[in-house]
Amino acid sequence: MSVETRHRIRGGVGESVTRPDGVPKVCGAFQYLDDLRADGMLWAATRRATVARGRIVALDVGTASAMPGVHDVITFADVPGRPYQGQIVPDQPVLCDGEIRHWGEAIAVVAADDPETARLAAEAITVDVEELEPVVDVERALELGDVFRHFPVRRGDPEARGDVVVEGFYEMGTQDQAPLGTEAGLAVPDGHGGVDLWGPSQWTHVDHEQLVACLGLRPEELRVHISGLGGAFGAREDLTLQTHIALLALRTGRPVKQHYDRADSFAAHVKRHAARMWYRHEADRDGRLVKVEARMILDGGAYQMTSQAVIANAATFAVGPYRCPNTFVDAYVVRTNHPPAGAMRGFGTNQACFAAESQMDRLAAELGIDPLELRLRNALEPGDALATTGQVVTEPLPTSEVIRSVAALPLPDDEPGDDPLRLPGGTGLTTPPDRVVRGVGYAVGIKNLAFSEGFDDYAEARVTLTADGAEVHTAAIEVGQGMVTVLIQIARSALGIENVEVVFDDTSKIGSAGSSSASRQTQMAGGAVLRAAEAARSAALALAGGDDLDDLGVWRDGELVMTLAELAERGPISEWVRFRHPETEEPDENGQGRLHVDFSVAAHRAVVDVDPELGLVRVVQIDIAQDVGRVINPVQLRGQIEGGIAQGMGWAIMEELVFRDDGTVANPTFTDYLLPTILDMPPVEAVLVEQPGTWGPFGAKGMAELPTVSVTPAVVAAIRDATGKALRRVPVRPEDIVFGDG
Amino acid sequence: MIVQLTVNGEDRHAEVAGWESLLWVLREQLGLTGTKGACEQGECGSCSVILDGEVVCSCLVMAADADGADVTTVEGLGTPEDLHPVQEAFVAEGAVQCGYCTPGLVVAAAHLLETNRRPEPDQIREALSGNLCRCTGYGAVLRAIEAAREAM
Ligand code: FES
Ligand code: FES
Repeated sequence: MSVETRHRIRGGVGESVTRPDGVPKVCGAFQYLDDLRADGMLWAATRRATVARGRIVALDVGTASAMPGVHDVITFADVPGRPYQGQIVPDQPVLCDGEIRHWGEAIAVVAADDPETARLAAEAITVDVEELEPVVDVERALELGDVFRHFPVRRGDPEARGDVVVEGFYEMGTQDQAPLGTEAGLAVPDGHGGVDLWGPSQWTHVDHEQLVACLGLRPEELRVHISGLGGAFGAREDLTLQTHIALLALRTGRPVKQHYDRADSFAAHVKRHAARMWYRHEADRDGRLVKVEARMILDGGAYQMTSQAVIANAATFAVGPYRCPNTFVDAYVVRTNHPPAGAMRGFGTNQACFAAESQMDRLAAELGIDPLELRLRNALEPGDALATTGQVVTEPLPTSEVIRSVAALPLPDDEPGDDPLRLPGGTGLTTPPDRVVRGVGYAVGIKNLAFSEGFDDYAEARVTLTADGAEVHTAAIEVGQGMVTVLIQIARSALGIENVEVVFDDTSKIGSAGSSSASRQTQMAGGAVLRAAEAARSAALALAGGDDLDDLGVWRDGELVMTLAELAERGPISEWVRFRHPETEEPDENGQGRLHVDFSVAAHRAVVDVDPELGLVRVVQIDIAQDVGRVINPVQLRGQIEGGIAQGMGWAIMEELVFRDDGTVANPTFTDYLLPTILDMPPVEAVLVEQPGTWGPFGAKGMAELPTVSVTPAVVAAIRDATGKALRRVPVRPEDIVFGDG
Repeated sequence: MIVQLTVNGEDRHAEVAGWESLLWVLREQLGLTGTKGACEQGECGSCSVILDGEVVCSCLVMAADADGADVTTVEGLGTPEDLHPVQEAFVAEGAVQCGYCTPGLVVAAAHLLETNRRPEPDQIREALSGNLCRCTGYGAVLRAIEAAREAM
């Protein structure tokens, strides 16, 4: 008879468990891509285009190849398989195919003994270019018919009329994810014609699919591994250096490493789409939306990347989380000669949210209704139809509650200008306290969770019981967001076992977990882990004939009947699951249908102090109420909220990748592309609204994007409130505040 | 030329070329990859180390100029078994997400608390204003340093 007492599980769902990679990260021991090395490895360097559009009339790698220490130089002609890549439409040449289509496009890559030799050799490549007139204007691209996708929404009566009408034009500049870790990778030939690759990825299986096509390999000849990433935010959704270093490794028979510098990074990864948007809102006297019309054009840059999916989001969230019976949208994403745009946190909903929320404020002013009251009167709730696609909301969606919750938070109790350390302009001492004007602004955002439009969205996981605990196997990628902790917590709660470890498998060992994007891994990878863990627990109980499981083993009627070690010997118990979320549909020709599986909402309030004479802004406080379903890890969730807010605030007031008229990028450095620092970031108060959903683990909803989405319009609304300026473009520049129209 | 450095209390030597920064030598020659480089232009602070008692961006220091210097990197602050209070607080408060900025932040924060035992929040913010973090929004970073201040 056993006298042991049962283990009480700690660190399950709902607790602020510390992340397993936290200690290695604070000690400098965590291995990032740029820390990888292999014996005898070469270093790669990339030669890039310096113009936005042109024809290569001569490309000579002779001098570079002949330099001592140089082992190989590759160009377009050397790509053995399909020379184009792209996860939706493969239209991006692996290396420039003769026509340069954007500034920074990769033309050739060198492998050499050390990075300095590689860099010098890349510079020594002769590239003669005949410049062509670049397309830099989205209207021009539309005229030319260079459209990646047109997403129309036609719902209701086009002749419907409201009592009041507001029209507006809005514009947003290009944002860069600017993850702190630049792209890096290592490719190691396996000696049998295949290669092992570590690269910057948010989804190794989709990288694998593209890479084998481009490299002309059989699927089993390439293994894509997971390694530490210095952030992602969408920047790793598409391939950058992976194809190049894998090819160089295969050709030289040597491991090849590359680590982009910041300028390379700005050139190589996709951006957030710049946008131009025209809106017309009509409402009745009570403020109920009667009709919304919108025309939006997003700048897709030179290649398609994920633009097709981004534009679907922009179109289907064009109205925001509000009811409206008559909605007409034409959303286009077009090809220009700017660097390709693709995924970034919020994925098309941010642009729509900025325009739609700006419109709601103008409508409120026109009607003389409080802006929050106007939003409450139109708030989308369960049972309502989405204004664009017409799909009925079937999951919890506390739109009114997030609005009311954020409005109920206390406002800062100081007077503007009270604290000389906290004036706009900061230590520049530019602003006398009596010139400071305070403003408050609100915005509400909505975002789809997981993949949409009928995509077969699944995640695989395997849970294996070991002699002293359990292993979770997955190819889901930890980009820094804390998914690894969440998976451990879910597995612990489902198994009853505390000693859980996550093993990140390469593409040969487990199937896809889908991308770490679209706010999806808590629900998708988490959903797979939950089911695999439940199955493993059931299998263990059945095998041992017990009624409970913990770190010691299987129990029956309060007695330990089989230890985990015995179980592992008898078993082994290893349960594999492929989890799918409820099905979605493709849109019909009017953009109608159940395109999205689920939604989440958030409301932001921003408080700013402005020096209207110099156009300087200091953000005083930002608050949020967010629909999260169920909190899995409070500390991590707060971290996602604060970090997301910083990015959305950055876009509102400082972050823009600036294109010159010739299509080249003016500021590809951290000196000129400004990111919020600790001095720019205000305190954040967050209300977490928990209304458990039906399909996420323990009711959890994905949450990592929304904090970024509605903060941008909230900050701009606050600056409008302080200044009375129209501010139709982000980022808001000092000159917009000083000289812009009212 | 050959440079001599005292790194985390150990005597180290490296044969360096003219183009090699202290960051490069630490990472690639001495195998201390804890120090990160995110801009190599002195803008992000992820390469921060303590050089002869001052926090510097190691990307901006030429290795040749550091000859004879005393250098403390993140690896010299604490170990997984014996964390520095700042490291401990960063883990506990959730100040680490991707962690790429973390070594630089931890070095800068440890140095701050060494030189000023009771920094006010504004002093903490000022001291860390050269360290970019793209993930956390700095809230947890601030909470961690305040917690470390109380623990030290
Ligand atoms: S790498 Fe040295 S400051 Fe950025
Ligand atoms: S934790 Fe990722 S940059 Fe700071």
